Amino acid sequence: MRVMALVRRILKQIVRDKRTMALLIMAPILVLTMLHLVFNGDSYTPKIGFVDLPAPLTEQLNEDEATIVEYNSTNKAEIALTERDIDGYIVMSSNSLHLTLEGSDPTINGATMKWLQESLTSMQPDSSAIKLKVDYLHGSSDMSQFDSFGPVLLGFFIFFFVFLIAGVSFLRERTTGTLERLLCSPLRKWEIVVGYVIGFGIFTMIQATIIASYAIYVLGMMMEGAFIYVLVITLLLSLTALTLGVLLSAFANNELQMIQFIPLVIVPQIFFSGLFNLETISDYLSWIGPFTPLYYGADALRNVMIRGYGWGDISIDLLMLTGFSILFMILNILALKKYRSI
Amino acid sequence: MNPIVQIEQVKKHFGKQEVLKGIDLDINEGEIFGLLGPSGAGKTTLVKQLVGLELPSSGQNKVFNIPMPSLDVIAKIGYMAQSDALYGELTARENLQFFASLYGLNRGRQKDRIQTCMEIVQLSEHTDKQVSNYSGGMKRRLSLAIALLHEPKLLVLDEPTVGIDPVLRKSIWNSFYELKKRGVTIIVTTHVMDEADKCDRLGMIRDGHLIAVGTPQSLKENMNSTSLEDAFLSYGGVN
Repeated sequence: MRVMALVRRILKQIVRDKRTMALLIMAPILVLTMLHLVFNGDSYTPKIGFVDLPAPLTEQLNEDEATIVEYNSTNKAEIALTERDIDGYIVMSSNSLHLTLEGSDPTINGATMKWLQESLTSMQPDSSAIKLKVDYLHGSSDMSQFDSFGPVLLGFFIFFFVFLIAGVSFLRERTTGTLERLLCSPLRKWEIVVGYVIGFGIFTMIQATIIASYAIYVLGMMMEGAFIYVLVITLLLSLTALTLGVLLSAFANNELQMIQFIPLVIVPQIFFSGLFNLETISDYLSWIGPFTPLYYGADALRNVMIRGYGWGDISIDLLMLTGFSILFMILNILALKKYRSI
Repeated sequence: MNPIVQIEQVKKHFGKQEVLKGIDLDINEGEIFGLLGPSGAGKTTLVKQLVGLELPSSGQNKVFNIPMPSLDVIAKIGYMAQSDALYGELTARENLQFFASLYGLNRGRQKDRIQTCMEIVQLSEHTDKQVSNYSGGMKRRLSLAIALLHEPKLLVLDEPTVGIDPVLRKSIWNSFYELKKRGVTIIVTTHVMDEADKCDRLGMIRDGHLIAVGTPQSLKENMNSTSLEDAFLSYGGVN
């Protein structure tokens, strides 16, 4: 079958080009590892509010590794917390300690909790009767910084590299004349596009499996849902990247011009991927989000990896990604009309 | 003689630039037809139309009596473009196998045809070399081998012997005569006069006009010139 001939050729070319293959797999791994080390690095000194804590307790709590601010009412502490002046505040009610955390930054949550627990265990045995209750203003426990944006970055890097490699390899097909050569064979235009999608699809499936496994099992990225969903999402996301890259290569005359699409097409997608709080983005910009593939890919990855959701909660994201891919594929077939009208 | 290619009133312009200014030409079955002209004359535009890659702005091209472009006809044409459209990362054999599969050749026939075609272009011992290690002339010959793979009834070759040494050029021309004996029609574009001399008939193209058509002998005789070069200049109104 003609499509399979194309698929075999593409796979062979990728395997021959060791450096590109290494880039596709090693670059995301390298960057994720660096992020892992950057964000799970040194411990943080928490800023903690004490609300009317009895003096004996205050003395016992370790004040060396934390910055303490005293408040005379819960209300004032609450305001300070919302303003992010403090990371959390402690209230004593009957025989239990009540810690409220701001919660949006997992590193800070962790540091605050650790400090309080260590302080409590170092106290006299009789005070172990004190019960600890923890509340979060935002977020939840047990989550590291890397966990919170890891899924987004996983999606982003796969999207980015597949976009670049697929775009450039199709561009090369245009500039070396091989595309023209393909089109004066009986190969149909849709067969070229489908051949590319399957050829790169097979490769990106392997790529996504390696990168996702590394992030989850080696770097210990939070993984609440099923691994298979992550693969499905990354596969669909990379197909979108592939078809978009191939499409944009029609508007580039050389590799450098392909690179020029990165700040225009790739970087802005980061803003809407959930890495930054979507609700705080200015209204002038926020409407763009739903038009970017990464918006859906990152949302689905977070839903699966952090929230442990399944099929029902990611199906709309997956549908949107499929829709993007199909749209780009159709546009690709139309763009090939430039070379041959039938 | 049956015309295998009929070019009827073909004009082509890219924006304001007129590249073909009304070409009428019949090419007969089984002949080696040369399109002679300087670069920029419109040769490549014309042959691209014959293989379905370009559409005329007006007029039409019929190949095997079917208006182009047609996928059925495309499958029966062997085309060699001016630039070598090869995959450098792959070996010559892999390139050949790929294109052979596009034309639907089965495995057994692929093997036969690859061997035959590589013998014609004298590259047999380099079949398993990676194409990026090929010299310019070798790439040209591999492109030719690819065009021959599916035993097309019509070969369209855009400057096939550029960068090929005289000895090899001679042997390639011998293989053209061999193909002609088997009934293959060959259209060759060239700007080399001594190569044009080897064609059965010639069409001289200048500035998008077909200025003369005939056998090399008759073209020279008509203009009382000893060489095709002089004849070309006379037809172009320079002499």
